[in-house]
Amino acid sequence: MPEHDVLIIGAGLAGQRAALAAAQQGASVAIMSKVHPVRSHSVAAAGGINAAISVDDDWRSHAYDTVKGSDFLGDQDAIEIMCSEAPQEVMHLEHMGVTFHRNEKGEMDLRAFGGASMKRTAYVADITGQALLHVLYEQLMKHHETVARYEEWFTTSLLLDEQGHCCGAIAREVRSGRMEAFIAKNVILACGGAGQAYKPTTNGLIVTGDGIAMAYRAGAPLMDMEMVQYHPTCLVETGILITEGARGEGAHLLNANGERFMEKSAPNKMELASRDVVSRAEQIEINEGRGVGPNGSGIFLDVTVVPRRRTLEALREIVNLGRDFAGVDITREPIMIRPGQHYIMGGVKTDVDGRTPIDGLYAAGEVACVSVHGGNRLGANSLLDTLIFGRRAGEHAAARAATMGMPAPDANAKLREDSAAIEAILARPREGRRVSEIKNELGETMNKHAAVFRDEQGLQSALETIGRLREESDSAWVDDRGTVFNQDVLGAIELGFMIDCAHTTVVAALERKESRGAQYRTDYPERKDDEWLKHIDISRGEDGAEPQVSYSPVTITQWQPEERKY
Amino acid sequence: MAEAHDRPPEKFTLRMRRYDPESGNAPYWDEHTVELEPHRSVLEAVLQAKDRFDGSIGIRCSCRQAICGSCGIRVNGEPALACHTHLDAAKAGARDGVIEIEPMGNMPVLKDLIVDMDAVHWKKIQRVTPWLLAKQPVPEREYIVSKDSMVDVTQTMACIQCGACVSDCLAMEVDPGFIGPAALAKAYRFVGDPRDDEPFERLNDLAQDPQGLFDCTHCFKCVQACPKDVNPMGQIMRLRRIATADHKIVDQNNGARHEAAFASLIENNGILWEAELIPRSYGGNSWFGKFAPAAGKELVASIPTAIRGLLRGKMTIPKILKPHKIPSQDLKAVRSIYERIESRPERYELNLYIAGEDEAPAAVAAGVASEAAGNQADPATEGSAQ
Repeated sequence: MPEHDVLIIGAGLAGQRAALAAAQQGASVAIMSKVHPVRSHSVAAAGGINAAISVDDDWRSHAYDTVKGSDFLGDQDAIEIMCSEAPQEVMHLEHMGVTFHRNEKGEMDLRAFGGASMKRTAYVADITGQALLHVLYEQLMKHHETVARYEEWFTTSLLLDEQGHCCGAIAREVRSGRMEAFIAKNVILACGGAGQAYKPTTNGLIVTGDGIAMAYRAGAPLMDMEMVQYHPTCLVETGILITEGARGEGAHLLNANGERFMEKSAPNKMELASRDVVSRAEQIEINEGRGVGPNGSGIFLDVTVVPRRRTLEALREIVNLGRDFAGVDITREPIMIRPGQHYIMGGVKTDVDGRTPIDGLYAAGEVACVSVHGGNRLGANSLLDTLIFGRRAGEHAAARAATMGMPAPDANAKLREDSAAIEAILARPREGRRVSEIKNELGETMNKHAAVFRDEQGLQSALETIGRLREESDSAWVDDRGTVFNQDVLGAIELGFMIDCAHTTVVAALERKESRGAQYRTDYPERKDDEWLKHIDISRGEDGAEPQVSYSPVTITQWQPEERKY
Repeated sequence: MAEAHDRPPEKFTLRMRRYDPESGNAPYWDEHTVELEPHRSVLEAVLQAKDRFDGSIGIRCSCRQAICGSCGIRVNGEPALACHTHLDAAKAGARDGVIEIEPMGNMPVLKDLIVDMDAVHWKKIQRVTPWLLAKQPVPEREYIVSKDSMVDVTQTMACIQCGACVSDCLAMEVDPGFIGPAALAKAYRFVGDPRDDEPFERLNDLAQDPQGLFDCTHCFKCVQACPKDVNPMGQIMRLRRIATADHKIVDQNNGARHEAAFASLIENNGILWEAELIPRSYGGNSWFGKFAPAAGKELVASIPTAIRGLLRGKMTIPKILKPHKIPSQDLKAVRSIYERIESRPERYELNLYIAGEDEAPAAVAAGVASEAAGNQADPATEGSAQ
């Protein structure tokens, strides 16, 4: 059985940053991912990373913008840490080799982004996530002797010892189908969000809530699960993301009458209000018949107002996306977009060092909820979140590992259990529904009832549907009976993960009877600080069935809640 | 316009090359007919077949938007990203109206459309020391470097490691040890980065390696294959120019001299003179150079090839002794290209991220390389400095 001080599950930005940090502390580190690390969905982050590096800027301004963006649900102690450590982290990445765009003086250039009071987003064209991810992977290649990489290993569950401490994980090598127990003093979950529980979503097909569900099943509480971000600019048909950088560079949003309708809901920031505000404004235009396109289901994003040369240099990826996926030359004509599921602010509840309430279990990045994003994440704060808390989790886990011996749990029981569960899926008779059908219905249900606008009735109906889909998923059959790259059987396991995520999201959305950030209840349209300025925590019930709801306070340091206007 | 996409779904038939390593059987062809709008992608078609008919179809994929680099395959024999290839275009390119889908080449197939990228692609990437060897001392804030230099290396940074260029690299097919287009493009990302401290060592290493810089045969396959316009061969040529012209590296493989021989022969005659190529490659561009010992050795080694050429009439004694001739106005035109290029104070390099003038032709939108000089970019049309 492989043994490591720190085992990291997920190899996107948070995971890779955690691995490098832990290795630097001298810990023996392993990083495991169900895909090759550079395929991780961090690669799709386009616009940039926020940090108050300008001499005119102050991290407190960044922190205030983040608090306001979160609709005051973010924990201010965590936000202070993220924003104050941001400049140093971004410089560290620059030194590592990230090819940040420069200004004429040769310093890092900064672009405008939504919800920010000044230009503070460092970027690499509109492939910032890719550039960061590939540079971190360069570092993993450099440190290949100190960081073990388990690439294309699918984690099926976390390993707990008799005291309930996390001491490893069970995983299946995708290439061979071999099951293995990994023993670790600490496990860091860094395996992203759960976008595939929605259809459509900007998220890749691999983003299936694995880490959230595994932590939940192990008994860790989830927090802010109702807070699901819809990005304002996604291609109408495919849900593919058009970066907020487009609006940062000056692009306009127009309705069918050619009006910049953001004047109504955000007269100051206009298109650069925070994402929940812009998405809601778009949805209102569409719902009230001022949408564009065949069914009036879209909004025009007009990039032609940005100088063409600037677009080609700084927004090249979306020039390609427009051409290849919508047949539109965005430098010449507007492109049709609409809000689409993009990010989950919620996740596994952690402290500022990535620790969950389960000893030995950490989480960082989208899988986690510290919470720095609260009710709504600002654009270009997610990359920052992954790096800051990935590093902190890696450092803390390495320090903890130095104080203890290698655990010696009885891993074989869990290993046999997970192997048997896979065998059982393979043996299911060909009756009932296919995994893909259930997944589609789940995604469509969530997109209908747990989207930009929500109400009691819709959420209740979603809850019922999810209950039925869970039962159906227990007998969903697969075609592939093999062991080599059996993606079919892994898809069945992922479906279970997604159902857990969807279920807890809907339960939390039903619970929060107010409108705050991304949670807009048409039946409770006001923000109610007296009653709801608190986090909703969801834990798995004793019997494993019904989620248990509890609350935890929001940490407020320097910024009292106020009315939120853009 | 988006309206252009309101075409109804159509039927598309896929012919997929399947391989199940556990069955003990050879690869076989498998057909499925799917129904999708014509502008949807080949990936969506494969996934529909997987979702509806056969969940055992193996394909790596994630983002669906040509950024994660997972779904490199061959469509109608050409390397491509499945998610980046439209069904109507794929059907139009098919021999018999059936879209043919296969795994990529030059890498071992693990199952169906999944190849072993670790065994080939990633091993080669690791070979080029793929991390920044940062100049010391590391500054407190960012390195101050020119805007153009960062925009320039961003073109190679845009490589998504999909393997499409590796799949169809002709040089790698002949010499599997060739470092190859993706890894050499990655090498440029550091050589071109002004923050890197060891460009000479990197270039020397790659130039001296018999399977390195000069192993590329300039066939353009990788340029055509790349879905992100990284232009790997262009990066290889830039590495060569920097190695030979800027760092004066003369490699043990005779690659630099061989290239110089080509250039001087074309300048002299406007067309290649094959018989003179070996002497010049080894002995340099002088009459005495013909008697360089290495040239003699190479000439002797070429005798069987030369005899075959003579026997088949591809070569004649007069052709060996005298250069080919082209009309004098053509020769003048060829020489004027040399004059124009050599009179430039600095080398021009292609880069797609440096987009030229604000009203340049829509070259980028058309997916065609536009020649633009980074050092001549007009600052007046730049976006905002902070």
